[in-house]
Amino acid sequence: MIEPGSPAPDFTLPDQDGNKVSLADFRGRTVVLVFYPADFSRVCTDQLSVYQEVLPQFEEQGAALLGISVDGAFCHKAFREHLNTTIPLLADFHPKGEVAKAYGVWSEEYGVASRSLVMVGPDGVVQWSYSSPPLEVPGANLIFDALEQRTPA
Amino acid sequence: MVIEYADLECPYCAKAHLILKELPVTRVFRHFPVVSKHPRARVLAAAAEAAGLQGRFWEMHDSLLEDQGHLDDPHLWERAVRMGLDIDQFEADRRSAAVAERVERDFHSGIRAGVATTPTQFLSGKAHPGVPDASFIEALR
Repeated sequence: MIEPGSPAPDFTLPDQDGNKVSLADFRGRTVVLVFYPADFSRVCTDQLSVYQEVLPQFEEQGAALLGISVDGAFCHKAFREHLNTTIPLLADFHPKGEVAKAYGVWSEEYGVASRSLVMVGPDGVVQWSYSSPPLEVPGANLIFDALEQRTPA
Repeated sequence: MVIEYADLECPYCAKAHLILKELPVTRVFRHFPVVSKHPRARVLAAAAEAAGLQGRFWEMHDSLLEDQGHLDDPHLWERAVRMGLDIDQFEADRRSAAVAERVERDFHSGIRAGVATTPTQFLSGKAHPGVPDASFIEALR
């Protein structure tokens, strides 16, 4: 997967409402990309629900979160309502998995993004990345630790 | 000793509770309310703590997890009355800042420990997320 120090590949994907969201829109802010395999699978539900609970603390630290999976925008819309989350969900749907591939988190075996976190600094450079072992869900603590270890830009 | 992070409105936590209560193990409970998923989670956590201030934490904990169909305020009052709690005290305590802080402290400790799913159990420092499976149950015996 993509390593710290690499420029984060830019992308433009539709969110749950069909609005185009580009990584470049976030230049000047820290963005945490949350790649996950699929909407509505039990594990993902818990991961994003827990991140939702601590979203104010992430925001206090100047970080925005974006969820990314290969599900389509309509599916994301339903999933977001199901979770009652405000985290934007981006559809890496067509061409399928293109962004996941650019970040090196694509699982050819399952045809989805593997569960991974990528922190992109205000300058558009990857500051931290984490690939979750199978069946493990990365806790919010990993993101907080990465945010605390940021080197001032 | 097993440390459990759980949400009293979470059905998987209820299932875990029914398994753990049959095992000869000391249970330490920590609140991990996920409100976006379970809107009553923090209210219930505070109710259990308020019952705890009158020495009835586990009774309230068991009662909530074993009947998650009745979690509205009148159901909480009914439970409190049945347990013989001082109801005015219970009402004041479950809305108090001290109880809210206690719940938040538990939640925060769970975040720091990497809890990302409910329930998550810790045994000898190792996390066991989800409803206990056969091998974890064996380890607890």
